Amino acid sequence: MSIRDRADLVQPGESTEPDEAAGWTAAVRRRLVRELPPDTMLPDTQPKYVASWIYVFGVLTLAAFLVVLGSGAVLAIQGPSWWHTSDIGHFFNSLHLWSVELFMAFMVIHLWGKFFMAAWRGRRALTWITGAVAFLGSIGTAFTGYLTQQNLDSQWIAVQSKDALNAVGIGAYFSPMNFGQMLMWHIVLLPAFVGILVVLHVLMVRRRGVVPPLPLRDRPAEAEPGTASEAGREAEAAETEEQP
Amino acid sequence: MSRRSRAAEPDPYSFGSRPYDLVKEFTIALVAVLALSIALAAVFSSPDKRPVTIATWAKADSADFTATALAELDGTSGTAQYGPPYNNASEGQKLGPVGLANLMGVTRPIDTAQDFVIRPLRSAAQTAIVSSAVARYTAASGAQQNTWTGNYSNALDKANGDPTKIAPGDYGPVPTMLTALLAQARAGSLDGQLLTESGVFYQTDYTLPLLFLADGSYLANLAGQDHLAGTQWGMMNETGNYPGQAWLWLYTFWYQISPYNNSTNGDALVWGTMAVLSLVFVFLPFIPGLRSIPRYIPVYRLIWREHYRDLRARGGT
Repeated sequence: MSIRDRADLVQPGESTEPDEAAGWTAAVRRRLVRELPPDTMLPDTQPKYVASWIYVFGVLTLAAFLVVLGSGAVLAIQGPSWWHTSDIGHFFNSLHLWSVELFMAFMVIHLWGKFFMAAWRGRRALTWITGAVAFLGSIGTAFTGYLTQQNLDSQWIAVQSKDALNAVGIGAYFSPMNFGQMLMWHIVLLPAFVGILVVLHVLMVRRRGVVPPLPLRDRPAEAEPGTASEAGREAEAAETEEQP
Repeated sequence: MSRRSRAAEPDPYSFGSRPYDLVKEFTIALVAVLALSIALAAVFSSPDKRPVTIATWAKADSADFTATALAELDGTSGTAQYGPPYNNASEGQKLGPVGLANLMGVTRPIDTAQDFVIRPLRSAAQTAIVSSAVARYTAASGAQQNTWTGNYSNALDKANGDPTKIAPGDYGPVPTMLTALLAQARAGSLDGQLLTESGVFYQTDYTLPLLFLADGSYLANLAGQDHLAGTQWGMMNETGNYPGQAWLWLYTFWYQISPYNNSTNGDALVWGTMAVLSLVFVFLPFIPGLRSIPRYIPVYRLIWREHYRDLRARGGT
């Protein structure tokens, strides 16, 4: 049963009571049900070819992101200076630091895995783009975190990075030496930006499904997003024909 | 992108399916990552080297503090000569013909003589000698000020930076002013004065004290001892033996090689390079040639080895 077939199971038009309500709310509801059907969002089966440890790193990245958010939230309760004077605070700072290190490590492995799968194939380019921008946004979030540590490291990073930011005009409105501004970016703007991208990324993965294997042929072909090359179509068609 | 080729994309579930519990997998991953993070935090902790204050700097290296204060007073410090966004002393860096810093303009005006020396001296309770020294300096012509500061700078060089060993000369009120500023700094009041110069009680902008610190060599020496200097792969490192921002390796890499490390526009060049690379990274799916690399590198055969094994077993390609 295909994803689309499965989605069709919950199409309003096929239910016993068609959703024909008028208004914006009903229209949004119909659109959400059509685009993001529950059994596609939370599947209890997955394609057979999803059988490698590399697939684990996507969910590990997501898990680490939640630990980062949770440990950061605990640090936020008593403010940015708390961890310098409290053993418990210092532990949560350590937890925040190491979960960030894990988050970035898992994300990089996930990224390389998706690159080698040419995972942008089959109208999945936007999935790649949201993931790539989330990675860049995560670097910015971590950078502002290092700036708000309130120690020698943050002092040095601030005075060093100002030159690069000033050189391209960004420093005129984004100053790494402005602790208050960096803290707001670190705990509000950038996490929201990355969080929204992560949610969109996951929804796109669920909606399009996991990218199918590359055709096992030695003939080079473009892995163009949204298309199947001639060689690719041949091979994929051959493979598809063999599926039940 | 044609409709025909889109339609040719195989449905993931047409390759067969197997049972999968997404929520269970995520829960296990969350518990595992949380446990691993707790273990790493408990075993390795995290670094927290105390920040430098103006007071610790003035106490630890009064010669460096005095030389820096003199450079702020006579307009020869790094900040005084910086350009946008702090002043118009220079044009700022350029990326090719484009001076982005100059285009953005001066958004955080800083007059180093006023902000780092004269205003802090005026805002503190001073002896009559210091007050009259400040008044005499500010009333003098620019040429006279330059003569005093130039003479004092030369004398400091000859005395190896030690103000107590300076030979008598025509320094005007400069030694009195800098001695008073050093005393304020050592007492700790200059830290607070630099933060509240804008006249507000609540303050979170550390631009002034950090620029003052950065103009001296004390902070840079401490950073060098902790392998944080630009030539030591700079800010991707962390104090002590911690991994730091390892993901900045490519950005930091450019600062280690020519022409980036010897260009007066090095920062702008690095940002330009990284901007291009970031765009390539984000829009990789649309770049012919690059998007085909995965087909030439057989990592995918490893990832989908079970699928290909099944396919061969059933007589497929």
